Amino acid sequence: MSNAAPTAKPHPKLQPHFHSMEQQLEASTLGMWVFLVTEVMFFGGMFMAYLVYRNMYPHAWVEASHELNWQLGGLNTMVLIMSSLTMALAVRAAMLGQKRGQLVNLSLTILLGCVFLVVKFFEYKAKFEHHLVPGPHFDPTLEQGMQIFFSLYFMLTGVHAAHMIIGIVMMTIILTMAARDSFNAEYYTPVEVAGLYWHFVDIVWIFLFPLLYLLGRHGA
Amino acid sequence: MSHQVPSIRMYVSVFLALLLFTATTVWVAGLDLGALNTPVALGIAITKGSLVILFFMGVRHNTPLTKTVAISGFLWLLILFSLGMNDYLTRGWLGIAGR
Repeated sequence: MSNAAPTAKPHPKLQPHFHSMEQQLEASTLGMWVFLVTEVMFFGGMFMAYLVYRNMYPHAWVEASHELNWQLGGLNTMVLIMSSLTMALAVRAAMLGQKRGQLVNLSLTILLGCVFLVVKFFEYKAKFEHHLVPGPHFDPTLEQGMQIFFSLYFMLTGVHAAHMIIGIVMMTIILTMAARDSFNAEYYTPVEVAGLYWHFVDIVWIFLFPLLYLLGRHGA
Repeated sequence: MSHQVPSIRMYVSVFLALLLFTATTVWVAGLDLGALNTPVALGIAITKGSLVILFFMGVRHNTPLTKTVAISGFLWLLILFSLGMNDYLTRGWLGIAGR
C-alpha cells in the first residue's frame, strides 16, 4: 500500500501531508510516544520524590505501607493487566477489520477500567475513615515520614486514577467510532494510539503496586 | 512498521506471564531478603513493563525512530534518578565544618 499506483484514489482518511497510510500511522505512533515520554518525566518527578523520602524515612515507609491493602492493590494490578490484554486484542480486531471483536474488547477494557476505579474508591474511603488522607482530618499523631508517605501515595495514585478516567473517556469515544465502522485494516490509527496511552497507564501501576503496597509485607 | 497481525496466542502468553510475575512479586515481598527486597521488586516491575512495551504496545515492530524516542524517555528518567540520588546519598560522606 506504500507504493500505490499514482492513479489509485487515496484513502479518504489519508491527510494530504502524508505519502501513505503507513507513513501516517508511523507519524502518529511517533507523536504518541513523544507525548508518553513527557508522561514518563511527569510521573518520574514524583518517583524521584518517592526515592528521596524513602531513603530518608525507610522505617516510616514500611510502617505506612502496612496501612495499605495489598490484596486490593494486587486485585487492581490483575484488573489492569487484563484490561491491557483486551486493549491489545481490540487493536488486533481493528487491524483485521473485525467489528464485533473491537466492540467486545473495547467494552471490556472500559468495564475493567471502571472496576479498577471502584476498587480504588473503596480503598480511598477506608483511608478517609482512618484519617490517613492529608488535609483537615489528617491524623496529627502520625510521624513525619508516614505523613509524607501518604501525601505521595495520594498524589501518585490520584494522578494515576485521573489518567484512568481520561483513558475511559477516550475508550468510550473510540468505541463509538468503532461502532460506526470507522476502522479497518488500512486505517486503525486512533485505536492504536489510544491503546498506547492505555498500556502506559498500566505500566505506571505496575511500578506503583510493589513500591507502595508491598513494602510492609516482610519482616514486620 | 510491519502490518502482520500478531496472534491471539502471543497476547494471551504475555498476559499469563504478566500474571505470573505479579504473583511472584507478591510472593517475594513476603520473604525477608534484607536489602535485596526492593531491587528484586523493581527488577520484576521492569520486566513486566518491558513485556507490555514490547508486545502489547508493539514497539518491537515500530520504526527505529520511535524505538529511540521510547528508550530515550526511560534513559532520561535514569539520569534524573542517578544524578538526584548522587546528591542525596552522598551528603553525609564529608564532614562539614560547623555542622
